[in-house]
Amino acid sequence: MSGAAGVPGMAGEAGPPEGAGVHGLSGRPVSELTLEAVRRGELGLPDLRIHPDSLERQAAVAQAHGNPQLAGNLRRAAELTVLGDDEVLAIYEALRPGRSSPQRLTTLAASLAERGLPRCAALLNEAAEVYARRGLSG
Amino acid sequence: MTVPASERPLPGSERPLPGSERPLPGSERPLPGSERPVGRIRFMDRQRVNLDGFAVEDPGLGLVALRSPGDPEPGLVTRDGRVVEMDGVGEDDFDSIDAFIARHGLDLGVAGEAMSLPGAEFARRVVSPDVPRDEVIRLSAGATPAKLARVLALLRRAELGLAMSKLRGRRTPSNQAHVTNRLDDPLLLAADSATAAAFGFREIETTVPVLADAPSNAVACLIGAAVGAQGVLIQCSVEEALELELGMRGLTSYAETISLYGTEQVFTDGDDTPWSKAFLTSAYASRGMKMRVSSGAGAEVLMAGAEGKSMLYLEARCVALARAIGAQGVQNGGIDGASVAASVPGGLRELMAENLMAMMRGLESCSGNDALMSESDMRRTSRTLPIVLAGSDFVFSGFGSIQRYDNMFGPSNFNAEDIDDFLAMQRDWGIDGGLRTVPAGRLAELRREAAQACRAVYRHLGLADFTDEHVALAVDAAGSKDLGETDTLAVLSAAHAIREGGLTVLDIVAALDETGYEAVAEKIMDMTRARLSGDYLQTAAIFDESLRVLSVVTDPNDYAGPGTGYEPAPPRQAEINAIRQARGVEDLRAEQASAALPLLAPVSPAAPGQDPRDVVIGVSPAVGRDVWRSLSGLTVPDVLGELLAGLEEEGCAGRVVRFNDTVDLGRIGLAAARLAGSGIGIGLQGKGTALIHRRDLAPLANLELYSVAPAITPGLYRLLGANAARHAKGGTPDPARNPYTDEAIEARYHTTVIALMALERAWVRAGAPAEELSREGLQ
Repeated sequence: MSGAAGVPGMAGEAGPPEGAGVHGLSGRPVSELTLEAVRRGELGLPDLRIHPDSLERQAAVAQAHGNPQLAGNLRRAAELTVLGDDEVLAIYEALRPGRSSPQRLTTLAASLAERGLPRCAALLNEAAEVYARRGLSG
Repeated sequence: MTVPASERPLPGSERPLPGSERPLPGSERPLPGSERPVGRIRFMDRQRVNLDGFAVEDPGLGLVALRSPGDPEPGLVTRDGRVVEMDGVGEDDFDSIDAFIARHGLDLGVAGEAMSLPGAEFARRVVSPDVPRDEVIRLSAGATPAKLARVLALLRRAELGLAMSKLRGRRTPSNQAHVTNRLDDPLLLAADSATAAAFGFREIETTVPVLADAPSNAVACLIGAAVGAQGVLIQCSVEEALELELGMRGLTSYAETISLYGTEQVFTDGDDTPWSKAFLTSAYASRGMKMRVSSGAGAEVLMAGAEGKSMLYLEARCVALARAIGAQGVQNGGIDGASVAASVPGGLRELMAENLMAMMRGLESCSGNDALMSESDMRRTSRTLPIVLAGSDFVFSGFGSIQRYDNMFGPSNFNAEDIDDFLAMQRDWGIDGGLRTVPAGRLAELRREAAQACRAVYRHLGLADFTDEHVALAVDAAGSKDLGETDTLAVLSAAHAIREGGLTVLDIVAALDETGYEAVAEKIMDMTRARLSGDYLQTAAIFDESLRVLSVVTDPNDYAGPGTGYEPAPPRQAEINAIRQARGVEDLRAEQASAALPLLAPVSPAAPGQDPRDVVIGVSPAVGRDVWRSLSGLTVPDVLGELLAGLEEEGCAGRVVRFNDTVDLGRIGLAAARLAGSGIGIGLQGKGTALIHRRDLAPLANLELYSVAPAITPGLYRLLGANAARHAKGGTPDPARNPYTDEAIEARYHTTVIALMALERAWVRAGAPAEELSREGLQ
């Protein structure tokens, strides 16, 4: 489609102007993410990764627009920003069918809860219970 | 079966079927005891639609679209805010899909209201423009999968479209492209991504024939799309870990191949559970990536795991689960199983109902149409058109922007072969299907810049070195077959270097900047920055070309009946209308002028002839002035040359007289006959229509008429001249038949006829005398 043709009146809910109050995961304000900064070699991936505050803000918007499930997902995502890529993939792997005993899942859940990821922990605990009943445990 | 464009029949030609030597149903192998079918049936058997498979409905196998005897009765029982029975299954027997939906997918606050609403009344609210979208979504949140399936099966076909217009999330429709090729050639991927972006696609999905090439494809598409247009989202569809990794490095920006299935067995066979998918959904969001899930009819049937349920009911479970796990959207409408759905009665209706189901759950709909579901152009258009007319968040979840043979997802329902068709369909209906025309010169520039920028980045980062010739071939290529032999190992090694070297979007930006593509680097940086607010993680979000997010939050669909909702704004409508094939009178005037010759000058006022062998060829007012080429492609002097030669062969002499007071061929012919010594005239309009007239006939009568101007050959004009001479001599003419054609002759030529007649009309002067034209130079 062509630009904004046909999208009148969208400014009202479009949120703050680009960058206002938005930070990368590193804490660097997005206004500093410039080509000039790339040239100076100042930027790294953590500057370009989404910040949990942004995800929390989006969760609130989703909630306000009648989608509590999307809000829940974004809140789990906010928790996951503190984990490294490998760890995220390892938890995913643990949740696949036949990979983990219920106990392993609940142990993993406990450690996540302890590290400040209560929503992800709840998801794992629930999986442990259902997997045991449905024969999806390892 | 995929038919390469070069081997596909031309319009109007005999249409040999690919593999037509293969016996078709009922044609070559009559059942024992039966006669060979009559020619009419054999002819029908040879039509392309008969290459498609049509299945007998079989609920046991899940080969049933909307309702199976095995589908449960809708029902919901709650106790203390907990679901204890859903669609006939008690909580102790919930499978993992039921369990997830029961815990997370339903709004129990409206469940009582939704479940007790009679199906027909629920369906009426889904359709009625007087019931707002939000109200339907509120109600649907309390409905179980079986309930929604039952409600959707009640909708009449046109009501599906009406409901879709109302219920899709985003006001502005959009479209997604596949960009792939058989060789994973980065320069071609970059050029084709620039092309797709320029055509207006707001998401580009690539994938690989060779898994390890994926990082290279992601980089090439990222660069190409940024050259083509700002704000295009990129996806590299591969296995989950690699896909997530590419996203984490900022090389891609969305994902959609997170598959859901409607039965626990098939879900588990797919090596996932609702909980693993829910986690994966959050994992993508945690890296700031937009994500939707993928489901759709047929998948369970193909895995022999439909458990006797209808396609719509199984999909209702998938969509309920999609909502429950917190995905913002769903790609459905058959997807890989579209042909399975299309093989059963009501299958296309089911596919459209799937999209609507996602919309009712308040989710983004990426509406399928991404798998070639028929060999018949009519059937595949019939499958897609209703969704294009209704408008969806994405009318295709992958329009094949490349040729069929280059589509590594398999051919889409529409492909590069069909882009002009689609642009014409948009224009015909005045609808926004997300695409626009790109002027040929602009497209060449963009493809060149994309291929060159990609080459520069690969060279700068030490990934690969491509020759100037390779760049030139990629810029010009209509598909990978035009590249000749390429070094596919170089691609593999580039991909390896990207992955092992841990290259990120920052490395790509720096390389673009340092190799002279600062503007492209800036665009990618702007997009990377824009993504960080997370606004594009909301439902049905896309970026427009100014990097504004359009989603249910910022651009909510406000359709509420006639006169409301999305309608292309005037600049967008102008873009839709301005296809490159459109011609006006001035275009035609220039074309005609290019065929002008220094012939047919007026020599004298036209005078009556006395010689009984004198035949007058009367021509229309613009002949010798603005009109020089007839619709057959012959020049007007050549046509006159043939007519004169035909007259001479039969011993008559022809004169050319221009009549300046009418464009009507009958009047021109009659006036010519009245000037002729023989009483026989030939009328000729500049566009090539011709007739023989006699001085005593009524104006609208004639002796012979060539009405199909585009199909008249030099030989036929000569025959017309000879026959006019025979009439003049009182002899027997050799009857000429109008040339036969099965082409859409009116579609091809009517616009030209209108413009030609306008040129003719402009020279008409009431009462102006006829004038004899020079025959010099007419062969």
